Amino acid sequence: MADKSGLVDLTIWQLSTLLRKKEVSSKEVTEAYLERIEAVDPKVKAYITVTADQALRAAEEADKRIASGDHRPLTGVPIGLKDVLCTEGIPTTCASKILEHFVPPYDATVVARLKDEGAVFLGKLNMDEFAMGSSTENSAFFPTRNPWSLDRIPGGSSGGSGAAVAARIACAALGSDTGGSIRQPASHCGVVGMKPTYGRVSRYGLVAFASSLDQIGPMTRDVRDCAILLNSIAGFDPKDSTSYPGEVPDFTSALGKELNGMRIGVPKEYFGHGIEEGVESAIKRAISLLEENGAQIKEVSLPHTEYAVAAYYIIAPAEASSNLMRYDGVKYGLRATGYKNLLDMYKETRSQGFGPEVKRRIMLGTYSLSSGYYDAYYKKASQVRTIIRDDFLKAFSECDCLITPVAPTPPFKIGEKVDDPLQMYLSDIFTIPVNLAGLPGISIPCALTEDGLPVGVQFIAPPFREDTLIHVGSTYEGLRGPVAPWPEL
Amino acid sequence: MKISREEVLHVAELARLKFSNEEIDLFSRQLNDILVYIEKLNELDTEAVPATTHAHELKNRFRDDASSPSLSPEKALENAPEKEGSQFVVPRII
Repeated sequence: MADKSGLVDLTIWQLSTLLRKKEVSSKEVTEAYLERIEAVDPKVKAYITVTADQALRAAEEADKRIASGDHRPLTGVPIGLKDVLCTEGIPTTCASKILEHFVPPYDATVVARLKDEGAVFLGKLNMDEFAMGSSTENSAFFPTRNPWSLDRIPGGSSGGSGAAVAARIACAALGSDTGGSIRQPASHCGVVGMKPTYGRVSRYGLVAFASSLDQIGPMTRDVRDCAILLNSIAGFDPKDSTSYPGEVPDFTSALGKELNGMRIGVPKEYFGHGIEEGVESAIKRAISLLEENGAQIKEVSLPHTEYAVAAYYIIAPAEASSNLMRYDGVKYGLRATGYKNLLDMYKETRSQGFGPEVKRRIMLGTYSLSSGYYDAYYKKASQVRTIIRDDFLKAFSECDCLITPVAPTPPFKIGEKVDDPLQMYLSDIFTIPVNLAGLPGISIPCALTEDGLPVGVQFIAPPFREDTLIHVGSTYEGLRGPVAPWPEL
Repeated sequence: MKISREEVLHVAELARLKFSNEEIDLFSRQLNDILVYIEKLNELDTEAVPATTHAHELKNRFRDDASSPSLSPEKALENAPEKEGSQFVVPRII
């Protein structure tokens, strides 16, 4: 291929076609990405670790494989991984000082599956420490910048993944989503991001934050890429006891179909107060476009939406406080120096190793699980979780999927909300209920605001109906047309 | 206040965390704000509602008690801050 600079603009499916036809080699593509990372990443700061040597070796392997006639959709395609996914022999930091020098002795199941397809890993992407945050400002190392406006946050916690895809320093990426951590940065970075149904993708090797809510998912340039990447990572895994044993359909077969009377619910509680005008009008335009093209739009109600954030901020920190007790300086990770005895070693290690937001959530979770408070907090929140899930299931008796905003505002300025944790938590109001109910949700670029900032639209489907999201998402994407050229940088 | 300074100190002890005086003050204030917000849940009557601990009704899944490949002791110890032979070394406790 004569002009290598255009390679980084291609989607997975475009690149895959060229690779299969041997019009370009994986080595050429990988080199193009590594060059662009060197040129652009100092501005965006999406990567914690770039694995150039390993990537080039994997690319050569992929080229051999393609030459032998063994080509799969991701063979030779350069992908970035959120630094919460264990990668054998490659540091996995969770953007935390406590895991700064941790090199996992095994691969997460999703990593093993992508390797098996011959994907090329470019490196590990920045995030909020232990995936706790909505802006990537909680990384212990550095904040990532939004490629559309470098003084703004890329969203979080998978901010490095969102920024890398938008900045074209990864063809696609994996993120993880506990309360919106894939969909919100996808919205803020103008890319597609899906949180699959809880159980659809194995969590083995995903560093645990809140085990009943965490889910790994794709972040891509378009919906077709999302379907391709989901095909590769989805499916039963005996190493994850909550993994779903049912069939995995070919998600690409849901692409590009007519809407044909699809019933799309508009939950009235997701509109109105607290949502910025530019966001609301963009979502309303998306709704009209779908209606004009064959969808049946129905107003529905999710009456307990306003309780979701409160329930989440009991459940997620409670699970986190329990999961993070493992960081004690004994088996792996940081061990502080200068301690007096065993108890002091635990305290010094954890106090030096964790950042403020992680400590805040450990404290909140420890408090709500402590003796005498369990019924008032954790049990109460788990009951409210049932009510929120029932709201969704009732809505799905009247419609095939829901359409909502992803975030109430476009990406805000770096530093704007760091001093007010509660305000930061409230920005996840439209994504958190989906995790509590264990549903699949997708964020798709919808518009740019007057200031040129991306706004995403969210579709939510019943459990294990990711195919519905791919169907409505790809059709919407086609009707919408291109939003804007990728940011120059 | 929903949570007193003394309670924050107690929770810090349970969570194996140490804080400076300034941090304790800041955390007391921030945790209090969050707990006040969470009070909202008490508006709902949940007396007869079962708790959801997992989003799907998955049953416990058991496997046969048979050995299968796992990490070797060497690999499992690779990241140990301090080790001796095939063991993790911790400060003396007795």
